[in-house]
Amino acid sequence: METIKEHAHSKILEALLADKNITVEDALENEMILNMGPQHPATHGVLRLLLRLDGETIVSCVPELGYLHRGYEKMAENMTYYEFIPHTDRLDYLAPLSNNVAWVLAVEKLTGIEAPPRAQYIRMLICELSRIASHLVAIGALAMDVGALTVFLWTLREREKILDIWDILCGARFTTSYTRIGGVANDIQPEAIAKAEWFINQFDDNLTECEYLLNNNRIFIGRLEGVGVVSGEDAVQLGLTGPTLRGSGIAYDLRRDMPYLFYNDLDFNVITHNEGDCLARYFVRVDECRESAKMVKQIMSKMPKGNILTNSPKKVLPDKVEIYSKMEELIHDFMIVNFGINPPEGEIYSAIENPKGELGFYLVSKGEGHPWKCKIRAPSMVNCQGLPHMIKGRMVSDVVAIVGSIDPVMGEADK
Amino acid sequence: MEIKELLTSKLKENLPGIQFTTVEYRGEISLILNKKDIVKFCRFLKEDSDLAFNFCEDVTAIDWARRNQRYTVVYHIFSMKNKFRLRLKCDVEEDDCNIDSISSVWKTADWEERETYDMYGIHFNNHPDLRRMFMPEEFEFYPLRKDFPLMGIPGSLPLPKK
Repeated sequence: METIKEHAHSKILEALLADKNITVEDALENEMILNMGPQHPATHGVLRLLLRLDGETIVSCVPELGYLHRGYEKMAENMTYYEFIPHTDRLDYLAPLSNNVAWVLAVEKLTGIEAPPRAQYIRMLICELSRIASHLVAIGALAMDVGALTVFLWTLREREKILDIWDILCGARFTTSYTRIGGVANDIQPEAIAKAEWFINQFDDNLTECEYLLNNNRIFIGRLEGVGVVSGEDAVQLGLTGPTLRGSGIAYDLRRDMPYLFYNDLDFNVITHNEGDCLARYFVRVDECRESAKMVKQIMSKMPKGNILTNSPKKVLPDKVEIYSKMEELIHDFMIVNFGINPPEGEIYSAIENPKGELGFYLVSKGEGHPWKCKIRAPSMVNCQGLPHMIKGRMVSDVVAIVGSIDPVMGEADK
Repeated sequence: MEIKELLTSKLKENLPGIQFTTVEYRGEISLILNKKDIVKFCRFLKEDSDLAFNFCEDVTAIDWARRNQRYTVVYHIFSMKNKFRLRLKCDVEEDDCNIDSISSVWKTADWEERETYDMYGIHFNNHPDLRRMFMPEEFEFYPLRKDFPLMGIPGSLPLPKK
């Protein structure tokens, strides 16, 4: 037995030596391809990165998307405008309420109706609270990616409190589907307002506590400072939006530049940091949390009384009590549910400033109950396009920090 | 109002050979132009210092199914200087299903055009890396075309063998 093995071994060796195509070289002289993801805890979902390595330095990087592609654009073309609201929860699943608002604003623009002021204030409130919730996950996950595990637990504890507000507000913590075309599903409860008030009052101290753990942490700073630098000019050219763009010193924020809802009436600053590295993006997020908390206070003090649904019987679902007691409302409800709201023929693009960046919906109507075309401009997808630029020339361990700092959500990027 | 007038006068003055029509709906402006002019047009819009459309938000297409010119490629561009959004539209025929890539003007358009190619099968000439964005490379169909059924095509994606 032994001899046969040895014999075979020498035969293989002979064959290998005879093969002139094989050259024996130092392994470290060669480039290596490393496949990072799609199943990798640090890529925040199913993002796949193909890295070409020279030693441990990354020569080039190719992101591959599509592992979570569910065809939402195709589905939107085959359902009514109302039916698509629950699906927007599943786009950026860290800020579902923000997506709900983005969708109904687009449909309202296409239809030509406007929600009453109280509904718009409620929408602003939930947008800002979900911005805080999303940024908290981003900060915590970034810290965890570079080794500071405690912060993740602390920021998620804060986020839980916001989810509790959602629980009171719409009965769900995660898949909210709270907005309606022409308003919101139900008026905001006094308990939800009280809870939000309590949250905002204690939030600042808790965020400061998290900052104590990070801002003077040598490992945290060392892993993020000067990593993944993208200049302002490059960031605009690459189409980055949200904290990723503002971390490069470009003060572009749709809340200020193309105001929607009542953001005109609020007093807030657009946060920018000029360094353009991962640390700057982290600072932008922390400061934006504070800014959003400030805005929530303003919104709650300014919130007007009044209706939460606009009066437009052919476009807006009537109240359940009225459906059961009035003929007209019953007919309208039947028509809206079965045939949709039939916006006039035309096309619109409507975008809002989501936690991740600019979330836009491009809708084309042919006067039917379902959209002829729906395009989702997902911020995470476009931000991922900046990855090769940021990663090139860095080490493998920096990839984790860079992906964490742009905070992609693959549900949105893959549609 | 000012920026709209500036836009038309600038375009008429600097690009006299290019024909376009302007449509306004719900306060948004669309320019409809011929597909052969798109790169020149975009480059001017970006590089002109007064207009400065420095930011490309979105590239997509519409399938009109039964229309003579079946597809329309749609671009949304934004000027951070003027805080103004503009939509450009080019019709593309089914037999001659291609358009020049604008990824040399705005780098964002790279992935957006790949996605449009993936979903509609519109070929972007001179694109640096025209591969499928979401669907697998060997997939033969274009899912957002109107003749692609909602339930998918059985057997179009390879499944694990028994």
